[in-house]
Amino acid sequence: MTSATPGSSHVKEQMVGWAFKLCGLLSLFVTVGIAVVLFAEAAHFFGEVSVVEFLFGTEWTPLFTEKHFGILPLVLGTLLVSAIAMIVAIPLGILIAVYLSEYASARVRRSLKPILEILASIPTIVFGYFALLSVTPFLQKIIPGLSGFNALSPGIVMGIMILPFVVSLTDDAMTAVPHSLRMAAYGLGSTRLQVAFRVVLPSASSGVIAACVLAVSRAVGETMLVAIAAGMRPTFTLNPLVPVQTITAYIVQVSLGDTPAGTLEYRSIFAVASVLFVLTFILNMLAQKLRASFKFTYA
Amino acid sequence: MARTVHRKSAESVFFLSALLALSVALLMLAVLVVEVFVDGFSQLDWQFLTHFPSRNPEDAGILSAWVGSVYLITLTVAFAVPLGVAAAIYFEEYARKNWFNTLMEMNIGTLAGVPSIIYGLLGLGLFVRTLNMGRSLLAGALTMALLVLPIIIITAREAIRAIPSSVQDAAFALGATRSQVIRTIILPLSFPGILTGIILALSRAIGETAPLIAIGALTYIAFLPDGLSSPFTALPIQIFNWVSRPQAGFHSNAAAAIIVLLTITLLLNAFAILLRNYFYRRIHAHLS
Amino acid sequence: MSNAFEIKNLNIYYNGLHAVKNVSIDIPHTLITAIIGASGCGKSSFLRAMNRMNDLIPNSRRTGEILFHGVDIHQPMMSEVTLRRRIGMVFQKPNPFPFSIFDNVAYGLRIQGMRDKATLDQRVEESLRRAALWPEVKDRLKQSAFALSGGQQQRLCIARTLAVDPEVLLLDEPCASLDPTGTARIEELLQKLEKEITIIIVTHNMQQAKRLSDTVGFFHLGELVEFGRTEEMFEHPRIQLTRDYIMGHFG
Repeated sequence: MTSATPGSSHVKEQMVGWAFKLCGLLSLFVTVGIAVVLFAEAAHFFGEVSVVEFLFGTEWTPLFTEKHFGILPLVLGTLLVSAIAMIVAIPLGILIAVYLSEYASARVRRSLKPILEILASIPTIVFGYFALLSVTPFLQKIIPGLSGFNALSPGIVMGIMILPFVVSLTDDAMTAVPHSLRMAAYGLGSTRLQVAFRVVLPSASSGVIAACVLAVSRAVGETMLVAIAAGMRPTFTLNPLVPVQTITAYIVQVSLGDTPAGTLEYRSIFAVASVLFVLTFILNMLAQKLRASFKFTYA
Repeated sequence: MARTVHRKSAESVFFLSALLALSVALLMLAVLVVEVFVDGFSQLDWQFLTHFPSRNPEDAGILSAWVGSVYLITLTVAFAVPLGVAAAIYFEEYARKNWFNTLMEMNIGTLAGVPSIIYGLLGLGLFVRTLNMGRSLLAGALTMALLVLPIIIITAREAIRAIPSSVQDAAFALGATRSQVIRTIILPLSFPGILTGIILALSRAIGETAPLIAIGALTYIAFLPDGLSSPFTALPIQIFNWVSRPQAGFHSNAAAAIIVLLTITLLLNAFAILLRNYFYRRIHAHLS
Repeated sequence: MSNAFEIKNLNIYYNGLHAVKNVSIDIPHTLITAIIGASGCGKSSFLRAMNRMNDLIPNSRRTGEILFHGVDIHQPMMSEVTLRRRIGMVFQKPNPFPFSIFDNVAYGLRIQGMRDKATLDQRVEESLRRAALWPEVKDRLKQSAFALSGGQQQRLCIARTLAVDPEVLLLDEPCASLDPTGTARIEELLQKLEKEITIIIVTHNMQQAKRLSDTVGFFHLGELVEFGRTEEMFEHPRIQLTRDYIMGHFG
């Protein structure tokens, strides 16, 4: 009999297990790290700026001599661009996903899915170039009053950019709906279209909504596209034709300048980033809950 | 009769609009690629790849940018892969199902959705300032490593989960310890799947701009990095810099640099997808 | 005659499911013991308790004692790793590693730290001979194990287990996925191995139990209904339930 010494090998195994656990815990440290870094600097910021002014002020002029720290123009700019992106991405995305999951042949699916994945991997800076130098000049020919920087062009391009993502997630949700449900509907004399829109899409609704929520979260956090094409002027407006500034674009603006640590400007990017982080964190959690309940229904 | 006609037309309306949606999307992307090529292709030559950036768009090149990117993503992968794969092994092989581990799993899904600029601020606060690394290659790579960590964990977990438990059972029944099972069974068999995740992480890291701007990577650098603490630039930063200039000459440079970046990204992704299909087909053919 | 295992009041639970109920049994040394019963009767769980494979299943729980040659297999000084090297296991579906034939058989030796090429060659050949597979594979040891037929794969799994020189061989319905020819070769092999090691085989094939085993235990709904010498039990079962099962009334 081989007499392995159970004592020493057991200790070694335990240590290996702890090492793996530590790496697993690292992901938790990242989240905690983000929260600590953001909130610590933001706390300093709120030592000097009142929370009420920050949350409800409609003027954002931190780089002027007369400083105002009302985040609403940035929030509005962010929401405006995101809303335009959603108007493009969600209807197109759902149409394409329904076509893919309910109509397309296996061969079409097999070739389209990888194409979608590859499109989803195009760096956002490339879309920024496209929005600023192709789409905006083109739109200016149609809409005379359109400014060189505006919310419309990056909004539309962002919609196209996150389209593959919406299609992919929606298609996953729809294909997860059991085949028996479709058969039952066909058995009752439904047409293909009725099955798709009245049976499959509603059954997949929590998965589809999760996809839309994740898309919103992406749009809100998107940075380079808006930093390049939407402008750097915080405006309290819902007009898509004039320059606006998003939360992310403001962070880029300050980062590009040489702002020393400890100044109010430096701290202000952590304050706005905290808002962005909390917002996207809630959206992501919501999407995960929705997906979990969807998987629970059909797993 | 009338109803049938009505139904048929509803079907064709849907069909046409779906087709339209698809073509609008694909057309816009086609226009994007064509525009970039038209604008940038003439600029793309050997000199462009071997020159430093310059005030004169004709002379400017992407040498420091692409070398910086290569250093950056190599380091990023070197940091993120061991940690990410180890974390995936923990979740698949060790973690029991309880509230804490469920929370950790949800946390990874959430981290994958945190905007990249937030990672940049984490890097700025943690690596650049608190740990005093400055705006160095090391700080950039560590920031990027945290950014791609969720991608690596998620793909590695999928790859590990695809290995049938019967194969692991066989190893345990022969008296293998858990760490031996991981070393001799789990890692070799999930390797192609893990590699897919690594390539996806690479392609993400090479195109990310915002976190590097947040940690303060420089936009104009006329030398090559000479160590971990060296300042650096990267391809997407150089593109951003050129796009932001008013002169058309720099826009052509940006387009040329985009051709380089797009080519690398698309090749990496296509390779990752092929590899993944191969991996899961092989697993299905032999092991299930 | 000595006993390989003495099992006292064994209970196994999975997530609250009571899979094995208060089983006490003595399993003789170097004979073939068959465990029969309908599927879901707890016979596989019982088998997996003997080399502590159940430890790998989350939320499984056990009470009772399993003595292996008089030593409690759950005592702290007994490592499950050492135990599994002494008590080998072959599974229902052939589960070769996706390696070469040689590397499959050498696996157990290598994880024990054996590196010497000549010794490995010799042990691999010896194990393949014991599993009656050597003539069929001796010219293609470097080929993938998946190139073999199902029956050959199962004999490879047996060879792989024999390579670490176990004292006991546990087999969990090893012929369930094999054709009659494959089954016959495995049975032949087991009868030859019986002279050297203790064999415990779980099967739902009564003819197989009758042909192969020296002693047989009948499980029903997690309980051991009857245990005894094979001829006696098949000729004169003492309990009505056993008689019904053997006659094919259920299962």
